[in-house]
Amino acid sequence: MATEADSSGSSDSVDWRSESSSVEMTREERLADLYRRWVREPFVIAWSDLRTRVGLLLVVGYLAMGAVAVLGLWRTPQPNQGPRLLQPFENMAYPLGTTNSGVDLLALIIESTPFILLMVLAGGVWATTLAVLVGTVSGYKGGSVDNAIMSVTDFVMAIPGLPLVIVLAISISPENPIVLGVVLTINYWAGLGRSIRSQVLSIREADYVEASRTMGTSVPRIIGKDVLPNIMPYVMVNFVLAARYTIFASVGLYFIGVLPYTGQNWGVTLNNAYSNGALFNPAASHWLLVPMVAIIGLSFALILVSQGMDRIFNPRVRTRLTGESESTDEETTTGGTF
Amino acid sequence: MNYYLKRTARIPLTILAVLTLTFGLIRLLPGGPFTQLRIQLIRQGMPVEQVNARIAELQSIQPNAPLWQQYLDYVIAAVQLDLGQSISLNQPVIEVIAGALPWTVFLVVTSTVLMFVFGILLGAVQAYWEGSSFDRFTSSGSILLMSIPYYIFAVVGLFYLAYQFQLFPTGNAVARSVETGFTWEFFSSVLYHAVLPIAAFTIGGIGSTALNMRSNSIQVLGEEYVEVARLRGLTDSRIATKYVAQNAVLPLYTGLLLLIGFRLGGTVVLEEIFSYPGLGYYLIEAVNANDYPLMMGCFLVITATLVVAVYIADLTYGLIDPRISAGESDGY
Repeated sequence: MATEADSSGSSDSVDWRSESSSVEMTREERLADLYRRWVREPFVIAWSDLRTRVGLLLVVGYLAMGAVAVLGLWRTPQPNQGPRLLQPFENMAYPLGTTNSGVDLLALIIESTPFILLMVLAGGVWATTLAVLVGTVSGYKGGSVDNAIMSVTDFVMAIPGLPLVIVLAISISPENPIVLGVVLTINYWAGLGRSIRSQVLSIREADYVEASRTMGTSVPRIIGKDVLPNIMPYVMVNFVLAARYTIFASVGLYFIGVLPYTGQNWGVTLNNAYSNGALFNPAASHWLLVPMVAIIGLSFALILVSQGMDRIFNPRVRTRLTGESESTDEETTTGGTF
Repeated sequence: MNYYLKRTARIPLTILAVLTLTFGLIRLLPGGPFTQLRIQLIRQGMPVEQVNARIAELQSIQPNAPLWQQYLDYVIAAVQLDLGQSISLNQPVIEVIAGALPWTVFLVVTSTVLMFVFGILLGAVQAYWEGSSFDRFTSSGSILLMSIPYYIFAVVGLFYLAYQFQLFPTGNAVARSVETGFTWEFFSSVLYHAVLPIAAFTIGGIGSTALNMRSNSIQVLGEEYVEVARLRGLTDSRIATKYVAQNAVLPLYTGLLLLIGFRLGGTVVLEEIFSYPGLGYYLIEAVNANDYPLMMGCFLVITATLVVAVYIADLTYGLIDPRISAGESDGY
């Protein structure tokens, strides 16, 4: 599959950067071009790397689990639906075993997936969007705007995340996954915004930004056209890290029982196992391990994808795809293994 | 104005801002934490004045005074280290915190230092042998470590090493029978109780530190000044320490500021799992007991600790990076 896309990618030898200058494309051509540039090429590059391939497959697996839960294709978790404390892989009707009240663990894990995915997405989107906004505006505008924004950022950064979330959780009781995702990363944007700002500081001195400025281009346009594409790789990688932080934080806080909950999720399962003595009872240890594996799998997938993201946005890898520079080929050997 | 002077002046300002935040959280949130207590006390048949006096004593503010007066009282009391009275422990909040703070600082500092040392060494070796099977093996190991939250190490360690094999204690910071003092017995007991929490908190962080150090070092190794240093005939050890290591550690050190923040917040889960009597442990205890003065006190002190830690990191940054500049960027 990768080779087919590869050859067709190199057969039309148009440089993807020069396309903006070519005039008169029909709507279809433009759509095809957009598809090639934003969907197929990134995918081919990502797929060529073993790490990203594993990561993407894992993410698809979690999405499928979410779909199974939404469509109700697996039984919903209920007490006494199976034997008590069944070990995993003993009875294939309950592949991951059961809890001490006979709840199917696989059903528990599946049912929590949509909640976790929504929360992770909300946390990542909120944290990175705000960070990009703060970082680019403050870094590009400089002067008093920069000073004002950075004072606020520094203050927000000075508040430790989890304790703040605990204090907030008591007052607003976030049970909706999207609200919870935002609450968990309520001050995550500050640190990220600061490091984006320092990158923007060097970009704004670049020649082409200088050129846009002398031409009188508006500030939002310069930020959107000249600054943003340059920091995109960094932002995407950090989106994944913010998503990972959201999982870690939420599960940790559910685990120690300070977040309010109505339904089940991996952290609540961990907490139930813990408070029912799974720690002292080897027969119940799978009850702790199963949600742990679910958490580690998702964050492992996210980290692998973020590693591949670096390559997608790396212009050197992209040009190789269009068949222009063969000289950088030896690079793949180190990157392709893990 | 002098950079250091400016930086120092920001500490009290930040702490004042956080005080304002905690005051706002206590006072302005719907319902308010003391509403519940007030209802409870009145239901017990306590006269209203007595209820008010009790609440005022708990939080060192007058509940019926105007808001600005309450705010001023709160700030003045906090500056005098009076954070009110803990409801659940029946002890001044500041006393509880004074006992808890050293444990938290001990955990965070020790594990952060260990994490940095191991991560940097590992990353440097990986970069030096880039592409070797050692590099590939440890890199994938690092990625795996990054995807495991520290509390999973904590729970697994507690399960096997403490409960199953009984090699380590399951909780507390020091054995009950040992008295506090400068004795060998005390210190060994403290270390013994801290091994598991510190290990759990350190292992997870090594992966990302090593990966960062590795990519920074590889980048630095490709720089021209390293090549020039070689051409000048400098010794390998000098190049490795002065040119490569120093420049590769720099970005990591900047990240340290952020890291301390996350790690201080992270002790909440860690201390709760190990029943380690630090700030995070008391924060959760306070949450579970609806003990708002203690809760806000812990929150305030965790924040203040973070502010001071970041301040120290910020000041020492200049020692590693001589280029540090406090110059303002000009506006467009």
